[in-house]
Parts: sequence; C-alpha cells; structure tokens
Amino acid sequence: MRDIPTNPDNLIAGETGDWEIVMGLEIHAQVSSNAKLFSGASTEFGADPNSQVSFVDAGLPGMLPTINERCVEQAVRTGMGLNAEINLYSVFDRKNYFYPDLPQGYQISQFKQPIVGRGTVTIELSDGSTKEIGVERLHLEQDAGKSLHDQHPSQTYVDLNRCGVALMEIVSDPDMRSAEEASAYVEKVQRIVRYVGSCDGVMAEGSLRADVNVSVRRPGGELGTRCEIKNVNSMRFIRQAIEHEARRQIEILEDGGKIDQETRLYDPNKGVTRSMRSKEEAHDYRYFPDPDLLPLEMEQEWVDAIRASLPELPDAKKARFMADFGLSEYDARTLVSDRDSADYYEAVASGRDPKLSANWVTTDLFGYLNRTGINIAESPIKAAQLGQLIDRIIDKTISGRIAKEVFEVMCETHQDPDAIIAEKGLKQVTDEGAITAVVDQVIAENPDKVADVQGGKEKLLGWFTGQVMKLSGGKANPQAVNKILREKILGD
Amino acid sequence: MSLDKDTVRRVARLARIEVAEDRLEALGQELNQIIGFVEQLDEVDTSSVAPMTSVAKQKLRWRADEVTSGGQAEKVTANAPASDMNFFVVPKVVE
Repeated sequence: MRDIPTNPDNLIAGETGDWEIVMGLEIHAQVSSNAKLFSGASTEFGADPNSQVSFVDAGLPGMLPTINERCVEQAVRTGMGLNAEINLYSVFDRKNYFYPDLPQGYQISQFKQPIVGRGTVTIELSDGSTKEIGVERLHLEQDAGKSLHDQHPSQTYVDLNRCGVALMEIVSDPDMRSAEEASAYVEKVQRIVRYVGSCDGVMAEGSLRADVNVSVRRPGGELGTRCEIKNVNSMRFIRQAIEHEARRQIEILEDGGKIDQETRLYDPNKGVTRSMRSKEEAHDYRYFPDPDLLPLEMEQEWVDAIRASLPELPDAKKARFMADFGLSEYDARTLVSDRDSADYYEAVASGRDPKLSANWVTTDLFGYLNRTGINIAESPIKAAQLGQLIDRIIDKTISGRIAKEVFEVMCETHQDPDAIIAEKGLKQVTDEGAITAVVDQVIAENPDKVADVQGGKEKLLGWFTGQVMKLSGGKANPQAVNKILREKILGD
Repeated sequence: MSLDKDTVRRVARLARIEVAEDRLEALGQELNQIIGFVEQLDEVDTSSVAPMTSVAKQKLRWRADEVTSGGQAEKVTANAPASDMNFFVVPKVVE
C-alpha cells in the first residue's frame, strides 16, 4: 500500500483521540454496447421482463458464450482513460455462487489476469487541490439479473434482462481518506467513462454503482478491519454511507469492541448501514478458468488503433483550456466537467475573447440551464447565438449591461441577439451629436452640481454619467458619455 | 491432500447437494480417491510450461456487437418450475 501523508483536515475526532478513514472503491460501470458480453441479447434499459434474454443468459445447457468485440474495445478505452496498462492477454474465470438472479450458478469474470492493469486517476477537491488515486485493475464481467421482492407476499420474481450485460469492475487502491475524496473519485471515473463513451454513467439507473471498503485507524497507524458497503447509487449516498459507517466503526472500537469483516448495505431512508449476513457463505467463490472460453488475446495494432481514436480526455482538456485560453483552474474544471459543455465553450470562444466567453458560458448560460433543468446538449440558446451576443459587446453595438438584458430575452424567445437588438432598439448610441444633446440637457438642469464638480468634486461625474445613461435608456456608450461630460464640465 | 468430513459437508452445501450425515464419511473417501488420481499429475515437471486453460489449437472467437437474440420470454421461462407474467418465480429471497 502506497504511503499517503495524513491530512489533518480529514481526521475525525473520537472520544479517545483522532481517527483516520481508509477507503478503497470498487466501481461497477455498465458497458455501453448493443448486445450483452457473451450473447446477442439486447442491453436496452426498461424492457418487458425476460424479453432480452438469450438461452446463454438463461444458463440453459449446451449454450456457449461468445465474446462481444465492442465490450472488449470499451474496456480498453476505459483502461486508457484511467492511464492504465492494457493487458494483451487476459483470462476469464468462473466466480461461483448460488443466487436466483444468476441462472448459470457462476458469474463469468476475470480474476488473476484482468484485461486492464494498474492505472491512476487524478481527483479534484473543493479546496482546489488534486490527489492521485491508484487503480489496481479493471476487469470485464457479467451483470446478474434483477430480483423483485414486492410483487408477491411469499415469492420473489426474477427478471434476467440485465443478466449477462457487460460490466467493467474498476478496483481502486485504498488511497482515499475522506468522504469527499471518495465521491470526487467516483465523479472523476464517471467523467472518464462518459468522455471515452464506454458507459453512460447514470447512477440512478444503476449504470454506475460503487461498493465502498471502509476501515478506520489511528492517524498513520495499523490498518483496521474493513467493511464493504454495497451498491451505493448516488454521490450523496456515498458520502452519507461513508460518514455513517466510519462513525459506527469508531464507536465500536472506542467501546473496546472489534470490527467484523462483513458486507453491509446502506439504507438511504434511515441513513444507516446494516449487515448482510446471508451473503457471507456465498463468499466462497471457488474461482477457476472458464473452460468454455479461451484466453482473450488482443493484437497490439488493434489496441493502438483504439488509442488513436480516443477523444481528448478531461485532464488534458483542462490543461489546454488553462494554457491556451488563460482560464482559471476553477473555470477550466467547470467547463470540462462533460464533453458537451467543453464543446459548447470552444464553439463560443472560437475567434473571441476566451475569458469573456468563459464568463458568459459558466455564469449566464449555466445559470439559465440550471434554472430550467435543461441539458447543455439540448440548450435552446445555441453556441453561435451566444457568440453573436459576445461579438456585439466587443464591437460596441451594445454595452455589457444591455447584453444581460438581451440574454434574458434570448432565454425567453430563443431569438438571435441581432434580432432582439433591432426589434427592441437596443443599439448603443455612439453618435456624439445625440449624446451631446442629452449631456447638455443634464448640465442645464443641474447647475449646482456642475459647480461642485468644477470645485473639485470629480467623483460627482459618475452621477452625471448615470443620469445621461438613464435618459438614453442605457443605450448611450458609457465611454463616449464620460468623454463628452469631461469636455463640457471640466474643459478636458 | 485429503478431505475431512466438515469439508465434504461444506462442498456439498456449496453445490446445493443434500447429503445425509451418515453418507459424508463414504463420500469423503470417494472424493479423496479422485483427488489422489489427479494428484498423479504432480509427478510431471511443469516448471517450464505456462499455465494454460485449454489445449485447443484455436483462438477465442469474437462476435460483432449486434442484437441477434431475445424476444422469447415464454421460451426462456418454459422450463421454470414457476413463472408469472414472464417472470421466473422463486421462494422469497430477501436480504
């Protein structure tokens, strides 16, 4: 285990002193593919019960598994996203356990020789710092079916549609020390699989789920006994489950008790974890190489071609946004949070001021999208329209303040900014004659204030500017107004 | 290697095979004979041979990512001891 210096901010105060949480995560990510890992049945979500089950998935005798090329490719893409070694030679094993949603009586998985080896994920924390989390491995395996316990008082209903769908199990090193680090890690893995397109990452549908191994110890001391919390299916629950589980373990240890190594389930309604003792016996998995499947061998050229087809990954994109566009770490981090946002931003920033573009995208556009719950890919305000609005600020057709007004109208009507500016007569007045007329009017109406400015109260000029802007309906160019005011009052 | 009675009981349990208590002794002896037979392989020096999972001179066959099966819920559940609305129905298993 890698030696990670203790961060005092992560310590939890107990009755008898401080404690440190040590965590490793297993993430199960459902592979995006049309068909299952070893059969030709569909993977689509939400179909009628058992309508997407081949005889292979149902574990019927005489049926042989055949591996889906796309699933292999997706595992390789993900491995590359995790900066991991790709193993050209890997082996499928049988993991034996007995459960109604697993008709074969075993899950086809990879044990000793996984398709992807060691990698690294860089997580980003709220204080702006980053941390490296080691990835031990990624392997391909089959998902199980779904049991429904609420259909009948004494019986369980089993739907095998999910049975045999390809999963990538991503196993981290025990490198995480706080609930924030754990959820930042899941977020980063989610971002990576979405960037490479290997998993949709939707936790609510179970496409991405995490098992968290939690133990506590004295800061930097001997590792404690760990408990595995199963299937925590939202970022919020991950944080809650970890905090609750760490507290539970600390209480036991401080009372002089000892932790039993066990599997626990998080109950989001009660906010507690509880033991799943019934699964204990099932842990005698008796792995052995699956005799139905030869080793999985990949050609180096094939793997190289996959690497060449990878999109720019979030870390590289963030670094480029900071270097090429001069964006702050915070803005760059926000913009690369998903590919659609990054693409949108690049379209807006193309040929325009990158920082001004970033402000409009992260503040005004994201604000509007959040308010309305619209996904950026479906944004009714297109990148070209936001770009046009920024162009009108730059070419001084409108001021920044009027631009905010135009944007509000764009949110309502989805019109082009030019159309709104023309329709509402918002074009900035730069014509000196028109501005001078308004300036003369304000000066004539306020002789005492003019005298004050001339007497040295130059700050009052701002008041004059405000009056002129008001009378012009905000359309006068503020720089031109200032210049004319100074000429008229101070003789500059 | 030799199996004791507890191990035989556990193996039977894991395989979901019901074995009467008075049969465990005899079954253990049979299993030990099988293990002894296989252990003869230990006499061969395999230190220079990479572990292999198959002796077949062929490569793993791959399939294209196409939906070629499904839409046969009645057939899939046809042999189930119990089914309802195309679900398999089993005695209640709740965590």
